[in-house]
Amino acid sequence: MSSVDDLAPLYRRPVSVFWWARRRSYLLFVLRELSSVAVAWTVVYLLLMANAVFSGAAAYQRFLDWSGRPWLILINVVALLFLLLHAVTWFNLAPQAIVVRLKGRRVPPRLRGRLVPPRLVAAAHFSAWLVASALVAWILLGVG
Amino acid sequence: MPDTITLQVARYRPDIEREPTLQDYVVPLRKEWAVLDGLNYIKDQLDGTLSFRWSCRMGICGSCGMSVNGDPKLTCATFLDDYAPGPVRVEPLANFPIVRDLVVEINDFMLKLRRVKPWLMRDQHKPLDEGEYLQTPEELDDYKKYSLCINCMLCYSACPIYGLEPEFLGPAAIALAQRYNLDSRDEGAHQRLDVLSTDEGVWACTYVGECTVACPKGVDPAGAIQRYKLIAAKESMLDLLWPRGAR
Repeated sequence: MSSVDDLAPLYRRPVSVFWWARRRSYLLFVLRELSSVAVAWTVVYLLLMANAVFSGAAAYQRFLDWSGRPWLILINVVALLFLLLHAVTWFNLAPQAIVVRLKGRRVPPRLRGRLVPPRLVAAAHFSAWLVASALVAWILLGVG
Repeated sequence: MPDTITLQVARYRPDIEREPTLQDYVVPLRKEWAVLDGLNYIKDQLDGTLSFRWSCRMGICGSCGMSVNGDPKLTCATFLDDYAPGPVRVEPLANFPIVRDLVVEINDFMLKLRRVKPWLMRDQHKPLDEGEYLQTPEELDDYKKYSLCINCMLCYSACPIYGLEPEFLGPAAIALAQRYNLDSRDEGAHQRLDVLSTDEGVWACTYVGECTVACPKGVDPAGAIQRYKLIAAKESMLDLLWPRGAR
């Protein structure tokens, strides 16, 4: 295929370094990408905590003292906000990826062939998240 | 309502300038005039050297996509009145190289469309005397919205990933692949998998969602891509556990 390159120079616009500031959705996207750093940090933090727990009471106390420092609390609060952004946008994406059509004999005939409403798919994910969080809280608080 | 509005139109004439500049034109502001009508007024009455693409004037051909005040729009369906008192900035679609004025180079997109094999593929065609391949309304419904794409490229212009990584297959091409993958008459999904389930395919998309916002036909390419990611992930897992050759 011949290209118009042969005829006249094309002008390729440079992408601005601040392209992500042009739109709210672009900013949200960049923040969501950045949230993976918070996810990684949280994993490291949990591993450090697990290591401290298994190293005995003194080590665990040292970990707690370290965790109580203002700068670490700040880091963890920011990380939590990023994790929430990560989780909420992830679950909001679920109905885009999961498209379920009701099929089978057990489905009432009037619903057969219909799509499960996207809101229901999202609601199911958010509910599962809530149940899992409640379960973790119950284990932690129950054991504590 | 004022009776004129200023259009700030991007000009790029490779024979006389090295980069685009904006040129102001004052055009009549009429309630029923779209941005494209303003551009045609300039071309006919003010400056015959202005270049831009257009054809049907009714949102079907997909030729007149441009950036209007920074947003990708079909200029035939974007009304001047909504931008009064102006000025309105009209530029070529973002993320594409500029040929001249408002005309962009679209070869990359055309080649990408072809790569997803956007046609019905059958492992074996049934004999003609057995008649047509029938489809239920639900089966039509599965892919119908992806079939409404008019190749206007607004989604590519809205996608920051395409701007940053031009090798990305892009929203419309993937939505078009899904149009055929989800068609009950098609059996070519496994052939498209090799193109779609790659770093330049669906995995380059990080779900900004602006392609769906920009789409003038309600195709929802972002949805098509996220939906395919699930299929691609499932296929990769299946391939790992049970290679295709052994199935």
